[in-house]
Amino acid sequence: MPDDILVDIEDLRFSYGGRPVLEGISMKIPRGKVVAIMGGSGCGKTTLLRCIGGQLRPNGGRVRLEKHQVCEMSHKDLYRLRRKMGMLFQFGALFTDMSVFDNVAFPMREHTDMSEEMIRDLVLMKLEAVGLRGAHKLMPGELSGGMARRVALARAVALDPMLMMYDEPFAGLDPIALGVIGQLIRKLNDALGATSIMVTHDVQESLQIVDYIYFISAGRIVAEGTPDEIRASKDPFVHQFIHAEVDGPVHFDYPAPSVQQEFLRGVNHV
Amino acid sequence: MFNPLSLIRKLGHATVDRIWRLGFATRFLFAILKYSATSFRRLPLTLREIYFSGVLSLLIIVVSGLFVGMVLGLQGYETLQRYGSTEALGILVALSLTRELGPVVAGLLFASRAGSSVTAEIGLMKSTEQLKAMDMMAVDPIARVVAPRFWGGVISMPLLAALFSAMGVMGGWLVGVVFIGVDEGAFWAQMQAGVDFRYDIVNGVIKSFVFGVAVSLIAVFEGYDSAPTAEGVSRAITRTVVTSALAILALDFVLTSFMFRGTS
Repeated sequence: MPDDILVDIEDLRFSYGGRPVLEGISMKIPRGKVVAIMGGSGCGKTTLLRCIGGQLRPNGGRVRLEKHQVCEMSHKDLYRLRRKMGMLFQFGALFTDMSVFDNVAFPMREHTDMSEEMIRDLVLMKLEAVGLRGAHKLMPGELSGGMARRVALARAVALDPMLMMYDEPFAGLDPIALGVIGQLIRKLNDALGATSIMVTHDVQESLQIVDYIYFISAGRIVAEGTPDEIRASKDPFVHQFIHAEVDGPVHFDYPAPSVQQEFLRGVNHV
Repeated sequence: MFNPLSLIRKLGHATVDRIWRLGFATRFLFAILKYSATSFRRLPLTLREIYFSGVLSLLIIVVSGLFVGMVLGLQGYETLQRYGSTEALGILVALSLTRELGPVVAGLLFASRAGSSVTAEIGLMKSTEQLKAMDMMAVDPIARVVAPRFWGGVISMPLLAALFSAMGVMGGWLVGVVFIGVDEGAFWAQMQAGVDFRYDIVNGVIKSFVFGVAVSLIAVFEGYDSAPTAEGVSRAITRTVVTSALAILALDFVLTSFMFRGTS
């Protein structure tokens, strides 16, 4: 196994109560890269991320992170491994009862014996990196969506993780905030020497900052490549996705009986 | 079309569902106990919850205790004077409060004031992914969020019940002695002679401790188990108040039947 692969996923399968979500995903994520996992809503992207983080146990297949088999680890070992992971949740998931400062300080206070002075310096450095040092006294309720996301990013990198995971980092942001977060993801990844996995459906922003892209549809990888390869791709799914076409391999209509049948059925069958 | 079979099926389903949840709650209690070391090693976490559950409930407990005691004073006097034994008012007020009303009414108030807010807080933390985020940061939410709130409630509840009883006695004194004019010496002397420390006070404290465990467990469990939506959290809060009230009343009957059999 070559050592420059940080995360190695083999034939990962997962189903929620009998409904298959992931149907055999394999991918290798090299160290130092930013990799995007794209696909429509509900295609299993977030589930994949949660399997990598060990929050969900897959029904089959393996996830290897460094030399650890994530799916077979005990609770204790998993927690030790997670100290080296950072995760940015879709809407930040900041602790609403703590200030911005305390949110960023949280992982340091929980996992290290550093003095309060040292934590203070580190927290302010992390906040400086996301441009929010001036906001350290605010409460999460006082932040805009984009600012909350940046604070959450500072919290996620608080312990200098080797693996960063982003769950829809661009969801619900205005174009400026979106660009800021995109640049931060790239810069932090390179500055920390980390590896990043980003689950997203924002095509244009992702194509600019990532090194490699996987497309997932219906629980399988349907296309992959570097941003240039993806832009030039003739694959109908990729084409529909990056050009935001309404109909294509992904249908506009949710599966249903024909309109005529539905109307003839009457009320009792609805 | 009405189908009696479906009614039976629904009943069976609901029963099995309840039993499952009871099992989950029990396992949850064991998990809390397992991770409780953190709550005591890092005392500020638990102290903060005692403040939110206990200190912030003081006002409602003090006011309610006073009024319950005053009503007891009025009603007790009304009945006792028919038998010419109004000097027993002190013992009547004190026993009613320490044995029953203190723990039960304080428990009911505690469930609706503090239990509901604990459920809401944990439920909202869950629905905004804060618990998941904590778990991903390798901090166990049961140790960091749930256990301190549980212990905060368990510690606060007996103190609040004791305060409720004390305020109730003051209320009874206020109405009986100050307003109506029952003999003050008899009021206190009868109370001192008639209330046994172990039999009446300690049993009352045991009751309030049991109610504290029940209400706190129900509150944290419902919050942790709530569906992560606005509707799910609101249902969980309702369930906390309703289940706590039923649990307190049922447990009270069981405890009373063990503790007070008229032998002493």
